[in-house]
Amino acid sequence: MADSIQAAESEQANQAATRIIRITREALDDATVRALVRQVTQSSDGGIVTFEGVVRDSARGKRVQALEYDAYPEMAEQEMTRIADEVASRWGATHIAMLHRIGRMTVGECSVVVVVACPHRAEAFDACRYAIDTLKATVPIWKKEIAEDGEEWVEG
Amino acid sequence: MANMLVKIRYFAALRETTGRGDDTLELPDGATVAEARERLTATQPALARLLPVCAVAVNRAYVAADHALTDGDELVFIPPLGGG
Repeated sequence: MADSIQAAESEQANQAATRIIRITREALDDATVRALVRQVTQSSDGGIVTFEGVVRDSARGKRVQALEYDAYPEMAEQEMTRIADEVASRWGATHIAMLHRIGRMTVGECSVVVVVACPHRAEAFDACRYAIDTLKATVPIWKKEIAEDGEEWVEG
Repeated sequence: MANMLVKIRYFAALRETTGRGDDTLELPDGATVAEARERLTATQPALARLLPVCAVAVNRAYVAADHALTDGDELVFIPPLGGG
């Protein structure tokens, strides 16, 4: 797990890679998301869709203070790679970033980012939607809700 | 029949419940995932509530309960997912 954007950028420069897939403990802040968009987007791309999943202050009627995410990192990255392969074959969307943060996050912090850059917007929207929906359904990542009245590992 | 060793890794609720990140399970050669789950339920009663709702991965791929294990496999029980 190479975590720094600098490492990803040098990887990008060396391999012209436009696929970035990672489980990370580092913050997915605005600067990081902006850098990911820049890294995956090529001159052939005219439509870029970015999905950010953010910690919300309530769930099932409870006031959430924080979420703690865990992952089976090797398998999670492998499953995310499989999703990127599917997105490439179905929509031709080969310029993609999928990052999920693990560890403890407070309300407003970003837990997951999907960036898809395509020549046109329609396939970018469809591919990004498919990627985040499939990530939630198949990638081994878990979350614990930390609320005022206790902690609980939850589905969904 | 000889025995084999399967490596188990625990994540999320299973890691908290067992208080550890990994374990080794000794099983008869050819044992299935279902048999591993039964053995684990017997040796780790605290997991009895969690294991029935878990999917299973062997060597980082989802498998069915009748999947036959091999010596050295990495077995992970996958509780309901919460990514996103």
